[in-house]
Amino acid sequence: MTEAAVLSRAGLDELVAALIADGYRVIGPTRRDDAIVLAELDSGAQLPSGWGVDSAPGRYRLRRRADEAVFGHSAGSQSWKEFLHPPQQLLWSADGDGFTPARPEPVRYAFLGVRACDLAAIATLGVVLGGGAHPDGGFARRREGLFVVAAGCTEPGGVCFCASMGTGPRPGPGYDLALTERIDADGHRFVVEVGSAAGERVLSGLTHRGATGAEVEEARGAVEAAAAHMGRQMPAVDLRQLLADSRESPLWEIVADRCLTCGNCTMVCPTCFCTTTRDDTDLTGEHAQRSQHWASCFEVDFSYLHGGSVRVSGASRYRQWITHKLSTWHDQFGSSGCVGCGRCIAWCPVGIDITAEATRLAELREAGEAGEDESGEQS
Amino acid sequence: MSSPEQLGGFPVFDRLTVAQRALVAEVAREVTFTAGTRLFDEGQPASGCWLIRAGQVALETAVPGRGQVVVHTLGQGDVLGWSWLVPPHRWHFSATATGAVRAVQLETTRLLVLADADPALGYPLALGFFEILLGRLQSTRSRLLDLYGSPRER
Amino acid sequence: MSADALGEPMLPVPYRVTARREESRDCVTLRLEPCDVALPPFAAGQFTMLCRPGIGEIAVSVSGDPSARDGSLTHTIRDVGAVSRALCRAQPGAVIGARGPYGTSWGLDTAVARDLVIVAGGVGLAPVRPILLGALAARDAYRRIMLVAGARSPAELLFREQLGEWATLPGVSVGLTIDQPAADWDGAVGFVTEPLARLTLEPRQTVAFVCGPEPMIRFSASVLLGKGVAAGDIRVSLERNMKCGVGLCGHCQLGPLLVCRDGPVVDYARAQSLLDVREL
Repeated sequence: MTEAAVLSRAGLDELVAALIADGYRVIGPTRRDDAIVLAELDSGAQLPSGWGVDSAPGRYRLRRRADEAVFGHSAGSQSWKEFLHPPQQLLWSADGDGFTPARPEPVRYAFLGVRACDLAAIATLGVVLGGGAHPDGGFARRREGLFVVAAGCTEPGGVCFCASMGTGPRPGPGYDLALTERIDADGHRFVVEVGSAAGERVLSGLTHRGATGAEVEEARGAVEAAAAHMGRQMPAVDLRQLLADSRESPLWEIVADRCLTCGNCTMVCPTCFCTTTRDDTDLTGEHAQRSQHWASCFEVDFSYLHGGSVRVSGASRYRQWITHKLSTWHDQFGSSGCVGCGRCIAWCPVGIDITAEATRLAELREAGEAGEDESGEQS
Repeated sequence: MSSPEQLGGFPVFDRLTVAQRALVAEVAREVTFTAGTRLFDEGQPASGCWLIRAGQVALETAVPGRGQVVVHTLGQGDVLGWSWLVPPHRWHFSATATGAVRAVQLETTRLLVLADADPALGYPLALGFFEILLGRLQSTRSRLLDLYGSPRER
Repeated sequence: MSADALGEPMLPVPYRVTARREESRDCVTLRLEPCDVALPPFAAGQFTMLCRPGIGEIAVSVSGDPSARDGSLTHTIRDVGAVSRALCRAQPGAVIGARGPYGTSWGLDTAVARDLVIVAGGVGLAPVRPILLGALAARDAYRRIMLVAGARSPAELLFREQLGEWATLPGVSVGLTIDQPAADWDGAVGFVTEPLARLTLEPRQTVAFVCGPEPMIRFSASVLLGKGVAAGDIRVSLERNMKCGVGLCGHCQLGPLLVCRDGPVVDYARAQSLLDVREL
């Protein structure tokens, strides 16, 4: 494996230019409309230098940093699923007897600045959309052509809890290059670790120098230290079992009083993958097509069956979402669906916090068991 | 008279002791009906209870404009006739054998005397009838749900 | 190349309607034959995603003979919405898009040498018809075959002629019952659990197959459990909203199950606790 390297701030701009020259569409964070927005980059100058994020339940604000860090912010409302699993796509068109798949031009994306949580989310989506008996070919093609530049987090955001989900803050496997940004008396630079042959090839074309062992250790240490500064965490229980035990928990009615079933959480969650289809025809009726759109289990019609929906109450829909995310995802796909990015907490208009709800569920379960042990007493 | 063993095929007597079953057997006898026989008429004083061994009995009522409407059919293993247990002791529906029917007929007047005299017999007997009535109510409620109806109709 | 091999699991294969039969006021059976390439063979209990191009797509269980293997598909569809109505109205010659076979099967091959108890309610008779066709085609492999079917009225009882034929076969019993009184009916009147309760079973020798509205499934399963049939020997067919049928859209979840992949046929030992939870 190639040794770690150090890129300067200018070297990062070189990286962007090299990827573009290689035919990649480089997607990275930018500042737009008072938020960090993932967009196509023409150059590294478009990165949000010196911008950080204040996030809390139901709150997201940009703030000016004292330095010019380009990765000094936590996740915005979008995630990389927008590019791998587009919000809208045409599936096929039909004329006469035949159905023709819509085969868009293959796109080669380079993702710049993928956090550990988001890297785990891409892998999770990979299992759902690519690992079953009927893989989504479009997703598979997009992911196959992907070049990933991960970014280790040294400053966890206000809503982050990747450490307690076991997905970060250090990026796991799946990157071509991983950068850890360092700004100090020695200047603005990036410690680069190589994760693949493609990463090695790209790195070799950039102006760089080898990193010393101490530099690598310091960078890793800074990321590891972030794990101790998370703003929140999941309760230390088996979450899968907790949700399975909580189908009749009194919590659902309590949350339902606040939850607007707006579905924001499902839109911003990097692993929510549900879609719906729409069949259309032109006026003559001779040409038809089907398109696929993001959907949310919070929609009332999501579970429509026999003239009505199975999950009508807000309580049942919230229960569905959190239970799927933390528990039944294991049964269906072999892992948790949550990566601890915290987006659902920041982007919930009423500030519902998935970690707080899980904690409350654990408390209620314990109280319920205690109540059963005391014969004759209601808890 | 039936024998206690012959009553064993009907769960309504499951809670009775062997001795109690022998008592009931004294007021029971095997009967047969030919197709079309009217077992009892709606509105008449209710006396008699039949445990059906084979065949089908239709419970019906007259609805002007619709004629005789069969609201329920009973078959093998079913208990026919409850109205003798409680006031007004009158049949609520008419019962007709739709084919040949074999049944155990209970002389309910004598059965009531036995049950009144000995609550230790009366109670398990009443529970047995209650259990069957409960099942009958549940299936009737299931029919009310109109489960097979189309969403278009709602 | 199959749709899956192309990585296009959502791409339908064109089929043409070659026969259409009105079964009742709102149910139609369509026989479909491939325009070109046929889908893989189906097992009883599985379903197809059927579409009328431009209108939409729904999941429909096969209602035909799984051993026929002539590439044709038979489906009985009830008109309950825009897509099912369009499918019911499809005339011979119309092109229907088909994707499948999907889902778990009734598993007839694991019920050999046992008594088969088939309980159907309403249009639930259609997905169990392949069980009867399959079992009768290999009659000696099974012991008694007992069908109990309920419908709202005689006019809504599907496949009546065929049911009448089956009732005459040795070792086959057919118990039909209707929910609502009807003038032109001298058969049983009562909920489907009533003729089911009257069956004399050897519970350890029995495999039960239940299909119909969910409350009917719960009530029938309760009767079967009361008769000593093991929950693992009661197989039920579940339904949920499906947009893809291939485990990609998330719609058909019932707790930990994806009904398109872990169902529609699920044994009651697994299904019972899920069906008992409101709005799951």
